[in-house]
Amino acid sequence: MNQTDTRPGAAPAPPFVQLSGVSKTFTGVRVLKDVEFDVRPGEVHALLGENGAGKSTLIKILSGFHQPDAGGEIKVNGKAVSFASPRDARDVGIATVYQELLLFPDLTVAENIFIGHAPRTGVGALDWTAMRKRARALLDDLDSPELDVDARVGGLSVANRQRVEIAKALSHDARLLIMDEPTASLADADVRRLLDVVRRLKARGVAIIYISHRMPEVFALADRVTVLRDGALIGTRDIADVDDAALVSMMVGRSIDQLFPKVTVPIGKPVLELRNVSYRDEVHNVSLVLRAGEILGIAGLVGSGRTELALTIFGITPATSGEILLNGEPVTIRSPQQARDIGIAYVPEDRGLQGLIRPQTIRENVSLALLSRISKGSIVDRGAEAALARDAITRFGIRARGIEQKVRQLSGGNQQKVVLAKWIATRPKVLIMDEPTRGIDVGAKAEIHALMSRLAGEGLAVIMISSELPEVLGMSDRILVMNGGRMVSTFDRSEATPDVVGAAMTHAGGSDRQGSAA
Amino acid sequence: MSMETATARRVIFPSTLARTIAAYGQELIILFAIIALFVVVGTVAPRFISQTNLTSIFVGNAYIAVAAIGMSMIIISGHIDVSVGSLIGVLATISGTLAVAGYPVWVAWTVPILVGMLATSFIGALVAYVRIPSIVVTLGMLSILKGGLISVTSGAWITNLPTNYLIAQFRLFGVPSPVWFMVILTVLAGIWMRNSAFGRSIYAIGGNPEAARVAGIRVERSTVVIFAIHGFFAGIAAILFATQLQVIQSTVPANLELTVITASVVGGVSILGGTGTVIGSTLAAILFAAIGSSLIFLNVSAYWLRAVQGLLILATVLADMARRHRIK
Repeated sequence: MNQTDTRPGAAPAPPFVQLSGVSKTFTGVRVLKDVEFDVRPGEVHALLGENGAGKSTLIKILSGFHQPDAGGEIKVNGKAVSFASPRDARDVGIATVYQELLLFPDLTVAENIFIGHAPRTGVGALDWTAMRKRARALLDDLDSPELDVDARVGGLSVANRQRVEIAKALSHDARLLIMDEPTASLADADVRRLLDVVRRLKARGVAIIYISHRMPEVFALADRVTVLRDGALIGTRDIADVDDAALVSMMVGRSIDQLFPKVTVPIGKPVLELRNVSYRDEVHNVSLVLRAGEILGIAGLVGSGRTELALTIFGITPATSGEILLNGEPVTIRSPQQARDIGIAYVPEDRGLQGLIRPQTIRENVSLALLSRISKGSIVDRGAEAALARDAITRFGIRARGIEQKVRQLSGGNQQKVVLAKWIATRPKVLIMDEPTRGIDVGAKAEIHALMSRLAGEGLAVIMISSELPEVLGMSDRILVMNGGRMVSTFDRSEATPDVVGAAMTHAGGSDRQGSAA
Repeated sequence: MSMETATARRVIFPSTLARTIAAYGQELIILFAIIALFVVVGTVAPRFISQTNLTSIFVGNAYIAVAAIGMSMIIISGHIDVSVGSLIGVLATISGTLAVAGYPVWVAWTVPILVGMLATSFIGALVAYVRIPSIVVTLGMLSILKGGLISVTSGAWITNLPTNYLIAQFRLFGVPSPVWFMVILTVLAGIWMRNSAFGRSIYAIGGNPEAARVAGIRVERSTVVIFAIHGFFAGIAAILFATQLQVIQSTVPANLELTVITASVVGGVSILGGTGTVIGSTLAAILFAAIGSSLIFLNVSAYWLRAVQGLLILATVLADMARRHRIK
C-alpha cells in the first residue's frame, strides 16, 4: 500500500471517502435520508442499525450498485466522484465483501481471486505462474498460509471462502474494504482469526467499514461507530464515548406509541403447545404455550433459529424430536398440507419466494391454499372463489383494480395482504407470521399491524417473528427471545423494554454459539 | 404508496370484451393471423381453401395440436419434454404392430396410451423425486427411444393395417375425426386447467414451486401426474399419427418435438412456466400447418417453413420478455 502512515492518533487523518447529504429513493419510498458519513484510512468504522435501517443501501451506494438521489455528494480523497457502476467504485479502490459471498465454486482459489483481471503473458494468454504466485502472496498476507491456491473454492469452508473474497478485494488494491456482517456465519475460532485479519489491514492503512450485529466485535475492532435508523443518521460516535446500552437504544429507541395499534384482548385457552421440540441442529428443545387471542412475538437475530422454528411447526422441516399439541391433542405434522389441514397457517418470510404465485391473479392466489375445499368434485366453484377474493379485498383493504389483477402488479404491502388473506381463508387456529412487514412502507405496515390485532381479537392465536424490535415490542403480548436455536428468555409485555430484549438478543449465549447459523 | 395511487388511477377496463382481449392477447393474435393467412392465400390461390386442402391441413396436423396440449401443461409447470417426438414414433409403431398382429383395435388404441403414460410418469418421477432437470432426463429419453426404435424396426414400413383401425380416417357429421379430437380435447383440457383444483396447481407449481409447496400442494406427486397426463396426450397423438395413412413408417418423425414445443411457446405458454393456455397452443399448431400448406401453394420451398417457425419462436419469446419487463 502506498498510503502515507495514518494511524489514528492525535489529529484525525482526512477521510478517504466522505458522503454528504446522501439520500436514496426507491419507487417513491425514501430509504436513506440525508446521510453524512466518512471513513478514514487505517480506521475501522462500524455501521450499525436494525434490518431495514438503510445500511445495505448505504454500502451499495458506496460500492456503485446504486446511485444516490440528486443533491448528495460522494468525495474520494477530497474529490467529488460519481459511480456509474460497481466497476467505477472498484477503480478508486473500494471493495466489498458481501454476506453472501460472490465466488465461483468450480474455479480454483487463484482463479477466483483474479477473476476479470488475471495477469497475462506477452501473447495475451493467462499467466498462471504469476497468478498463482500473487494469489499465494495475498493469502500469506492474510495469515492463511494453509490455504491452497489450487483448491476448488466450492470445497472450502465458509471461513476460507471469506478469506478468498478478502484476498480478491485486496488484489484490486482496495483502500476501502466494506465488510457486511462478515462473522454472521462463522464459528468462534474463525471469528477470532477474522478479527486479526481486519486489524492487520487496518495497520496497513486500509479504511474499513464493518457491519455487524454483534456488540463484542464492534467494541473490539471499531474506532468509530455510526448508527442508522429508518434511513436516517442517528449519530456517529467515537467508540470510547459509548457503551453497548447506549448503542442499542440508538438503534431501536424509536417511539413505539401510535405506530402499533395493539388492542388488549382477553387471552383464551391454550391452542398450540410445544414440548421440547427440536429440529436437527437448528432448533433445540423449544417449549412454549400459545393461547387464543394472544400475539406471541419471537425475537432474535438472523440465524438465531426463529424461522427454523416456524418451519418446524409448519411441517416444512418436521420436528426430529419433541411433542406438538393442538387444542390439547398431540398431533404429528410431517408436511405443510398436514399443518394446513389441522388449522396452522404460515405467512412466510419471503413473500416473493414462498408466498405468492406472482404471474397469477388475486383470485387465484387467495384460493390457492383451499382449492380442494371450494371444489365440487374436482372442479373449482368459480362463484365461491370470486366471492372469497372479493371478500378478501374488502376485509383486508387490498388496493387493486379487481380480483382479476395479477399480484405482481401490486405494491409490497398489498401483496402481503393477499398472502395473509390466503391463509385466513383457510380459517386457521394458529397463524405464524414471519417478518410480516419486511420491505413494506410505513403506512402499509400500520395496516398489517391493525389486521393482526383484529385477527387476535377474533380469537386467533398468533406467532409473530420479527427482526424489528419496535414491532416485537409494540405488537406482542409476550416475547420469546431465541439465540443459537434455543429459547433464551421470555418477557411479559409489561417488562419488555428495547434495552433488555435487545441485550438478550445480542448477548445471551453469544459466546457459546454453535456454528449453526443459516 | 405512490405506486398504489398510480394503480388506482389507471384506467379501469371498460368491458368484458376488453378484459378478454387483455387476458387472451396471444391467442387472439394467432387467431387473427390464421384468418388473415386464409384470406390472403385463399385470394391468391383459391385451391388453398378447397375442402380437400383444408382436410389435409387438419387431418395431417391435428396430432401435433393434441401433443401440444400435454406439452403446454409440462411447460406451464416449469418443465420441458424434448423426447415427445420419439415417444410418438415409438407409440405409433407399437400401435400399428398390435393392429397388424391381429389384436382387437381397441387394444391397438389403448395400449400406446398406457405405455405413453408409463414412460412419461417415469420421466416425471426422475424430475420430481431425483431432481434431475427435465431437459436432461428427456434428452436421454430422446436418444434411447429414437435409437431403440431404429434398432428394433430398422425403419421398416408397417403395412396391411386393418381398415377399422384407421381412426384418423373416420368422419363424424362429415368432419374428420382428428379435427374432433383436436377441438374437443383442447376445449376440455382448457376448461379443466382453468377450473379444476389440479389444473390450478399446474399453474401454481410453474409460477412458484416454493409458494405452492407452502400452500399445501404436493409438488412432487403433482409433477409426476402432470407428466402422466402429458403421456396420455402423446398416446392419442401417436394413434392419430399412425392412422392418418394406410401405412406407418416405424421411425421418429423428423423434428416433431420441436414442432410441438414451438406450438406451445408460440401459443403463449411462457417458457419460464406459470402462464399460457392450451387454446393458444392448438391455434399455433393450426397456424403452422396452414403456413406449411400455403408455402406449397405459393411455390415457396418447404424448407422456408422451418425458418418461419424459428422466427415465430424468437418473436414470441421476445414479446413475452418485453411484457414481463414492462410489468415488473
